[in-house]
Amino acid sequence: MEIKKTSLYQLHQDCNAKFVEFAGYQMPIQYKEGIIEEHKFTRNHSGIFDVSHMGQLFIYGSEDLISDLEKIFPLDLKNLKLNHSKYSFLMDKDAGIYDDLIITKINQGFLIILNAACKDNDFKILSKLLNEKYRMVLDENRSLIAIQGPKSSQILNDLIEGIEKLSFMSGNWFSFEHQKIYITRSGYTGEDGFEISISNKFADKLTRQLIDKGSKLIGLGARDTLRLEAGLCLYGHDLDKDKTPVEANLKWAISKERISKGDFIGSDMIIKQLNNGVNKIRVGIKPEGRIIAREKTKIFNQSDVLIGEITSGTFGPSVNGPVAMGYVENKFSKKNTKVFLEVRGKKHPASICSLPFYKKSYVKGVN
Amino acid sequence: MSEVKYSKEHEWIKLDGDVATIGITKHATEMLGDIVFAELPEKGSNVEKDGTAGVVESTKAASDVYTPVSGEVVDTNQAIVDDPSKINEDPENTAWFFKLKIKDLSEMDTLMNKDDYDKFAKEASA
Repeated sequence: MEIKKTSLYQLHQDCNAKFVEFAGYQMPIQYKEGIIEEHKFTRNHSGIFDVSHMGQLFIYGSEDLISDLEKIFPLDLKNLKLNHSKYSFLMDKDAGIYDDLIITKINQGFLIILNAACKDNDFKILSKLLNEKYRMVLDENRSLIAIQGPKSSQILNDLIEGIEKLSFMSGNWFSFEHQKIYITRSGYTGEDGFEISISNKFADKLTRQLIDKGSKLIGLGARDTLRLEAGLCLYGHDLDKDKTPVEANLKWAISKERISKGDFIGSDMIIKQLNNGVNKIRVGIKPEGRIIAREKTKIFNQSDVLIGEITSGTFGPSVNGPVAMGYVENKFSKKNTKVFLEVRGKKHPASICSLPFYKKSYVKGVN
Repeated sequence: MSEVKYSKEHEWIKLDGDVATIGITKHATEMLGDIVFAELPEKGSNVEKDGTAGVVESTKAASDVYTPVSGEVVDTNQAIVDDPSKINEDPENTAWFFKLKIKDLSEMDTLMNKDDYDKFAKEASA
């Protein structure tokens, strides 16, 4: 299969990007300054991320669609206000996660942002579940540009007036060069920021203007260190078909109202796990010293018994030390529990810690 | 002091009598990206030519460091363990990795001079 390029490919090249293949796309892993500088620039100023490889699924419909989607997602969609977004999951009947996603109520239906590696499969699953009753468009003609970091609101507002009024996890239509663009106040870095859905033809122009205003392109490398410091899951690593939202410690994203009714795919397992507890659960793990424990590192308890595995681990530039998350047996998941990580044949001390590793306040608004 | 030699695994080696100072090349650091962790061999241990003698990690991945010659480790550079970013800053000078008492000086003959290494590195990254 031919490797795909996003509409910002030329711009990435102009900015000396190092490329890597990711989910079938040629994507920038880093630019000239490197992951650590890019990470810090996002935390302190403003970074632009090309996330056009992610799926933008528009599903059109009204009342029926809301009821049908509630059979799929554990969300109170009837009460989701226009232009408001929720984090959720597409699950199988055992609550195994096919994908994690952001769903936004728009005028004629919903916009769902899907992971690049999952989007085609998600589309198939959703088409089948919805019996092809609704018009569904996995839009390849739109790019998705995220701008993240404390200066982003000001920079973007200079170009597109009014975006600064958006509250966290809400969006609206704006215009750029007479093009309709949809902007949400959201992101995946732990910083205040926005995601912009824009026609491929205008993505390059908008991004160059954001750069002129002082923002910088940031690669997938820093996106990974930023999201991990913020305690956010990466699908295919921290989440997959063998893990449920309860095990992933994401039960906050499941509507209590919907649990009480228990009428969505996977609800039996979720209710069972909420009532009886889980065997394994996702936790934050802080290695002592500088040792980096990467994905698949085995976790042992103090009696040298295997109790789990790391699912994401790297060096956190803002924390200035190693950070990791993984799944451990529930009884070892308490904060400050001492554990050992096996790296290159040696066991290194670490402790269970709360997430996120790095915290910054999002801009909140009336909800 | 003799000329600096280079290995295909992107280490440099500088000989002073029978003691060699070894580190990784600037080209290697550019390929690795930001280095955030370094592990060195133990002082007093013996290492074999082309064997593992340390680890460096970038934010992205871990890579082994090999020794281009055999010998006994007589010194290690704790400064790069404490602050691995020094390796990116000054890889071919102050950010050396370890010093060996060389066992067999003829092993030096298998290594490249600067011109050959530069050519090799350029081809390897092309």
